[in-house]
Amino acid sequence: MAESTPPVLELRGITKRFPGVVANDHVDFDLRKGEVHALLGENGAGKSTLMNILYGLYKPDEGEILLNGKPISMSSPHEAIAAGIGMVHQHFMLIPVMTVAENIVLAAEPTKAGVVLDTSAAERRVRELAEQFKFHIDPHARIQDITVGQQQRVEILKALYRHADILILDEPTAVLTPQEAIELFDILKNLVAEGMSVIFISHKLNEVLEIADRVTVLRRGKKVDTISREGATEASLARMMVGREVLLRVEKPPGTPGETLLEVENVHVVDDRGLEVVRGVSFKVRAGEILAIAGVDGNGQTELIDAISGLRHSSDGRVSVGGRDLTNASAYAFLQNGVGHIPEDRHRRGLVLEFSLAENVVLHDYAKAPFASKGFLHLGQIFAYGKKLLAEFDVRGGNERTRASALSGGNQQKVVIAREVSRDPRVLIAAQPTRGLDVGAIEFVHRRLVEERDEGRAVLLVSLELEEVLSLADRILVIYEGQIVGEFPPGVSEEELGIAMTGGTRAGAAA
Amino acid sequence: MAGEPPAGGPGDPVPTVAERLAFYQRAGGIVTPLFTVVLAFFAGGLVVLATGHNPLRTYKAVWDGTGLQWFFTFGHYHITIPGTHHHVFFWWNTDTNGLAAYNLTQTAILTTTLICTGLAVAFAFRCGLFNIGGQGQYITGAIVSVWVGSSWAGMAQGLHVFLAIALAMVAGASIAAFAGFLKATVGAHEVITTIMLNWIAYWTGSFLFGRGGPLQNSTDVSVPISNTVTKSGMLPTFWGNPELQALHVGLFISLGALVVFWLTLNRTTLGYQVRAVGFNPEAARYGGISVGRNYVYAMAISGSFAGLGGAIDILGWQYQLGVLDIQVSNIGFIGIAVALLGRNTAVGVGLAALLFGALVNGTSTRGLDSNVFPPQLAGNLTLMIQALVLLFVGADVLILYVWNIRKKLHR
Repeated sequence: MAESTPPVLELRGITKRFPGVVANDHVDFDLRKGEVHALLGENGAGKSTLMNILYGLYKPDEGEILLNGKPISMSSPHEAIAAGIGMVHQHFMLIPVMTVAENIVLAAEPTKAGVVLDTSAAERRVRELAEQFKFHIDPHARIQDITVGQQQRVEILKALYRHADILILDEPTAVLTPQEAIELFDILKNLVAEGMSVIFISHKLNEVLEIADRVTVLRRGKKVDTISREGATEASLARMMVGREVLLRVEKPPGTPGETLLEVENVHVVDDRGLEVVRGVSFKVRAGEILAIAGVDGNGQTELIDAISGLRHSSDGRVSVGGRDLTNASAYAFLQNGVGHIPEDRHRRGLVLEFSLAENVVLHDYAKAPFASKGFLHLGQIFAYGKKLLAEFDVRGGNERTRASALSGGNQQKVVIAREVSRDPRVLIAAQPTRGLDVGAIEFVHRRLVEERDEGRAVLLVSLELEEVLSLADRILVIYEGQIVGEFPPGVSEEELGIAMTGGTRAGAAA
Repeated sequence: MAGEPPAGGPGDPVPTVAERLAFYQRAGGIVTPLFTVVLAFFAGGLVVLATGHNPLRTYKAVWDGTGLQWFFTFGHYHITIPGTHHHVFFWWNTDTNGLAAYNLTQTAILTTTLICTGLAVAFAFRCGLFNIGGQGQYITGAIVSVWVGSSWAGMAQGLHVFLAIALAMVAGASIAAFAGFLKATVGAHEVITTIMLNWIAYWTGSFLFGRGGPLQNSTDVSVPISNTVTKSGMLPTFWGNPELQALHVGLFISLGALVVFWLTLNRTTLGYQVRAVGFNPEAARYGGISVGRNYVYAMAISGSFAGLGGAIDILGWQYQLGVLDIQVSNIGFIGIAVALLGRNTAVGVGLAALLFGALVNGTSTRGLDSNVFPPQLAGNLTLMIQALVLLFVGADVLILYVWNIRKKLHR
């Protein structure tokens, strides 16, 4: 887009204070017609606050909003919608039992005689919109029966149905598979070709570079700069976001593997539905190496990890840690035998969100000295230990008495890692350890995992991110439909791994 | 990280459950239950109005019936210094024998038991279990204590009382732990099993003390009631005429139970486990905590609180247990309302028990002035307000919502 195009939307000097923090500090932002403008920043940089102000959910303390050059005040989402601004939240607001068309027209239904819902008119209108913007979606389908990617399209259609010409997408790819993300980008390209303007909130550098025309970077509530995509690189964007050089790829010397600490032999695991999802997996992890298991989500990784951490029984096979047979032992036994486990879902499993951080860091050892004796807790020791660990792992956003739920995702993950690593495990299982984290936090986790390897621990990394696998692993196994279909050295190309992950070269596998 | 407001801060567009809880505990910890109670009394007042009575006068009469006005009767009183004939001026009510004082002791007796049955529900709640079986566990405790208390006459009083209470707690714990055991092993839902166990306790008691039953009164075979607790099995009383249900030291036992509840939950490893399981069983399991075992422990402790309540009632003032007592008793069920209103905390349960104890006593035909409100309707007023409180406790999300909007407007 040419420089001369006037902005359809302009935010000037927006400031928003919350008790104790300035979430937005005199932020300027402008959106031109027909562009995708990415808003980039770490978790907690103030992206969501800025957009919630634009969408009428918060009132700014200072600053003004100009729509087509005219100042407007936005005090509720209704006004934002009336002004042609649509927002797609990270968590969809759809009614599962209703159809696509019903959800789209909700609260603005076409009616017959003012009272009766005109279903056919609703469906016709939805179909027209879908065709205009080249969406593939069935207006009759129920929300509960369609994929997450399709649900997101329904949200976008909802905004279009309400005549939005400015669309805000809050971290839209966080819930999508890579394939769905590509489809979303195609849709966005169609939208801007039709003259819409898109604000794309993200903390993922590669997708910002792929879709955005311009990028505005926020850091700690302040605008760092607005730059055009041309000339920007992942490294330069990361530096702007974090405020320092970021190692996107951790530097690591070759490992020096020692004795075998974790041995898995021909393990079979059945999932909750009674299907055998792990079908004879065998591998060894030695001290001082990172073994990565790569694969597309849902190929048995979750159940495999559960089986080697005592959270699920295996139906066949053997698991041993440091030479000791722990097949189907309890989670407690695994913990006592030196297995640390960074679980894939920190909310569901890694943390008790209602507990304080100090209570969370003693989740495995609350009953042991010095944290307890004779059945009584020693809160002084627990809080002192929590304080020490939080400082050591640079956890921000709270102290040892803060509830875990109050922290950002990156800091929550740091707490989990602090707990697991500080127990001095022999084997460290890291399941998707950087899921949902921003670049600064990812760097921290990666560096830490390599350090743990160099300490002589056996590290098992299970990840869906190819880049992560390639950057960390000393050896790579690929899991597909519950079986190991190949072993690769760290120098393998992404293409080759990708093919193996989708079951392509099973013949060449040498597990 | 700096920048965003702390999660769960007022005005978050879509707070998660955890955030909402965190916020709730910070902002509305005491406000919402108070609001709930006020709302319930207001709605109750409307119904009183609809029956053609004056709600303000009715509530005043209920208040008088609770005996709580005893604390607020100031004036010129004097007390005698023990061992002398000297009188000292005293501004507090010293009339410990009047009607107000009597009503107050009755309120205290009810509060004593409600603390126990409230704790029985609250403890299980903290482990993520809904113990509907407080009533059955209470009856079980009462059965065992009346049996122990009426046997072994001549035992030293301290030992006899201790034995009766301890065995009653073990009995209450056992019947509750059975429900926990079923949940842990075969996944039977505790709401269903505890309700079933309530009926088992009910009919067991009816059989034991019914005419011809093994524990029926040995001297008067025509009455379906137990033997009387012997002198050595009775809890000492310290206020009022023992012939007219005096206040007994069980009050201090149940206040002690509040402390034990708090200590167990917040200062022991068991309490840590129970809370971890209650908040997030998956995380507890991952942490190496046996979820099933804690279901059994938590139910056992819950049941021992209810069993204690049964023992205190029997040894403190009832001294006998009849089939009729078992069949009309609902103090275990009121314990559910006490726990919910008290937010499953020690202080909350104590205050809620006092509220319901006062309410039940204040609206009893004995406590309520029949000139103001017809006695035949009085009992229903208790039930109604109790139900309204439960209803509004469930509405605290709504109250939070209003609170959120208010905060937002203040920005």
